[in-house]
Amino acid sequence: MSETQTVKEPTPPAKESQGSQVFREIMSGSAMISVLAVFVALVIGGILIAVTDPRVSASSGYFFADPGATLSAVWSAVSEAYGALWRGATYDPTARTWQGQLGIFETLTFATPLILSGLAVTLAFRAGLFNIGAQGQILLGATFAGIIGFQMQLPPVIHLLAVILAGAIGGAIWGGIAGFLKARTGAHEVIVTIMLNYIAVSLVLYLLKNQLKAPGSTNPISAQMHDTALFPLLLGPNFRLNAGFILAILAVIVVAWLLNRSTLGFEYRAIGANPKAARTAGMLVSRGYTTVMLISGALAGLAGVAQIAGTEKTLDSDIAGSIGFDAITVALLGRSKPWGTFFAALLFGAFKAGGTSMAVNADVSIDIVAVVQSLIVLFIAAPPLIRSIFRIKAVRREGASA
Amino acid sequence: MKLELRGITKSFGALVANDHIDLVVESGEIHSLLGENGAGKSTLMNVLYGLYEPTAGEILIDDKPVMFAGPADAMAAGIGMVHQHFMLVPVFTVAENVALGGETTGFGGILNLDDTRRKIREISARFGFDVDPDALVDELPVGVQQRVEIIKALVRNAKILILDEPTAVLTPQETDELMDIMGQLKSNGTSIVFISHKLREVKAVSDTITVIRRGKVVGSADPGAATTELASMMVGRAVSLTLDKADAEPGEVTFKVSNLTVMNDAGQRLLNDISFSVADGEILAIAGVQGNGQTELTEAVLGLHKHIQGSIMLDGRELVGRSVRQVLDAGVGFVPEDRQDDGLVGEFSIAENLVLDLYTQEPYSRWGSMNRAVIAKNAKEKVAEFDVRTQSSQDAADTLSGGNQQKVVLARELSRPLKLFIASQPTRGVDVGSIEFLHKRIVAERDGGTPVIIVSTELDEVLELGDRIAVLYAGRLMGIVPGKSSRELLGLMMAGLPADEAQAQLDAPAAGSSGAGDVAPAGDTEGERS
Repeated sequence: MSETQTVKEPTPPAKESQGSQVFREIMSGSAMISVLAVFVALVIGGILIAVTDPRVSASSGYFFADPGATLSAVWSAVSEAYGALWRGATYDPTARTWQGQLGIFETLTFATPLILSGLAVTLAFRAGLFNIGAQGQILLGATFAGIIGFQMQLPPVIHLLAVILAGAIGGAIWGGIAGFLKARTGAHEVIVTIMLNYIAVSLVLYLLKNQLKAPGSTNPISAQMHDTALFPLLLGPNFRLNAGFILAILAVIVVAWLLNRSTLGFEYRAIGANPKAARTAGMLVSRGYTTVMLISGALAGLAGVAQIAGTEKTLDSDIAGSIGFDAITVALLGRSKPWGTFFAALLFGAFKAGGTSMAVNADVSIDIVAVVQSLIVLFIAAPPLIRSIFRIKAVRREGASA
Repeated sequence: MKLELRGITKSFGALVANDHIDLVVESGEIHSLLGENGAGKSTLMNVLYGLYEPTAGEILIDDKPVMFAGPADAMAAGIGMVHQHFMLVPVFTVAENVALGGETTGFGGILNLDDTRRKIREISARFGFDVDPDALVDELPVGVQQRVEIIKALVRNAKILILDEPTAVLTPQETDELMDIMGQLKSNGTSIVFISHKLREVKAVSDTITVIRRGKVVGSADPGAATTELASMMVGRAVSLTLDKADAEPGEVTFKVSNLTVMNDAGQRLLNDISFSVADGEILAIAGVQGNGQTELTEAVLGLHKHIQGSIMLDGRELVGRSVRQVLDAGVGFVPEDRQDDGLVGEFSIAENLVLDLYTQEPYSRWGSMNRAVIAKNAKEKVAEFDVRTQSSQDAADTLSGGNQQKVVLARELSRPLKLFIASQPTRGVDVGSIEFLHKRIVAERDGGTPVIIVSTELDEVLELGDRIAVLYAGRLMGIVPGKSSRELLGLMMAGLPADEAQAQLDAPAAGSSGAGDVAPAGDTEGERS
């Protein structure tokens, strides 16, 4: 009767709904997907470079007579463009000045605010919140930092520390509002943070036209930061790289510890993964939402500090550039892991630093960089697409999930 | 109509859910598919119903091979299915639901339901269903909704009816009625495939029993076979179904609920003036059909509800108004009713889940920093102690089977000194082998002197574990009866009769066995049947 009774208790098969699996993959899929997403985006970017290149279109006129000419034109167009991008972002022996040769430091400089704001998005992500408001939080952070930096006279070191602290507080307030509203009223953080971005811009513009306007200036720009309020340059006056980068690395280490080692991070991750179970286990979900947005906002605020006390030195309403939105991509590409975010930010810093060199030296529109960045987002948001391109098996997580 | 499945194999990737299953359902027989959760019963039926395409094998009806591309084909071939979770549109009437998918329309596309209404009345009359075609499905009790599902199949001339775990949502009386209906359908020539893991029901109703384990047919059994024999076939090893449980030695009463009323945000009373107490070293089992206030009761104790009146005293301390953290710290161990939703964080490792509500305490963490080594060591010990079947305690919790997940939750909640232990549906969706283990642990906790509350909708479990049994109906306590009360008594109480009235009805000489229907209980429970 029980003839098939030989099997001795293997672990029963895991059952998991398809939907939650896909979602989880987008949030925290393997680093492989990220790498492949970047690769595919670069390939498509390369096709666009080739298509728009005049030499390629010229040689394609006699494609059938001499296909080799077209192919070599394609190769030289793409390799020149990406070569220039790479050299501009790292080391370019052909540059005229020796400062210009070391693009790597520009990459790090550009990466600094991206690391900090990327961490902001990452941290909120892990607690289940989608912080779209890094932009506004950066602005507020820069404003608070600026007020201390150009309106107050303080001794060195202390002045800079005060600037950093003020920036963090500014960002924390802006992020905290969204967290508080989410916790108290259930207001969706995506909508609230988007709206707060607009409010931030208007608020900063208002301040710049009135209280914070540089004396004698007609433009909505603040005065210069005092020298004591600036991040010291790390490599002397020839490079923009400043101590903000050190701050960013410290932030990565702290956030990595916070998420993976601390009880607070355990709470955030539990809330993010299953708020109901977190609540049943005695965690205060609403308090978690508020505090994580405070910390997230503070990190974005530090990105604002990195801007105003590092590279920009004056406050204007455009000081956040597109950093707040790039931060979302960076966090996605970094798989919402602190060190992943760090390396993703380096990549985006490299795009920024190398993009100019590509435009100048290879005569390729800098918009290609924007296209590649957008494609990266697309491919990360659609992991099944990447998987089908590379025929990666989806079932791989079991056992390896440790 | 004779149905035959030959060598049906269905695999999802590497997972083989059905492995060369052969099954013959003769015309006019009730054929039970017995197996644990996850054994592959539902997959097999979904293959039969055209929802899944089999990887290999064939389906024969009256010895002719058939191919189903979808449920429509299966229905056309005379197969009807009543799913565990009803496929009804709640805001439609019975007739509209029955017509859905096969509507007849008149001039200008206007629905014509007269024909459907007539058919429903006809079938109702023939089987004594007592279903009004124009009633809103939403307003019907669960038992009647199930009949609507059966009517849906019969209207489409189903000759083979698949009932997937049909008794999971019914009171014992409703279950008995369903079995009567199955008998009538059978005598009418309809074949029935009855899917269940409840041995008692399977034995009572079947002509043939096929046992499935891990996707394979492990054999067939006679309905007269002993329960233990069926259970061991189902699990694959010998199991003891009766719990070795000494009589309770109740000590001091340390947990006391008085006049507890719980309301939802709209001010509706979900629990109405409940009072009871539990002594140290005693198990109070709370019975009732799902959704009669059990969830609210346990959540109220844990501090998850806002609108509470009354008092919940543990060891002389008031629990009402405290946060969940404070309640847990007061010594309450809590196993929530839905382990995947409330008990575990699926993507966390087993080790992390084992400290989900202990992580703030030493030695698991100190100064806000988690101690991974201690947590891993704790996991190793708990996995061994509770026999959690896993390759590594670092695996994600959602890679575990239901029974093993439940062991993780139980291990966590029992791993600290408790003053009260509450478990909701401690063995729902858990295989028989694990049930035995979980029950033993619960009784061990009782024997250690902890007051224990078990909430369960499974009467077997209530009877097995309860030293006393409380029955909830529509948010009210129908009474507390001794642990060895009869199923009939509990059934009546679960249908809304207070304990004394239920007892009186059972004692009355005329009432006898068909007593359930004579007193239509207040509220909306289905009781009447002619």
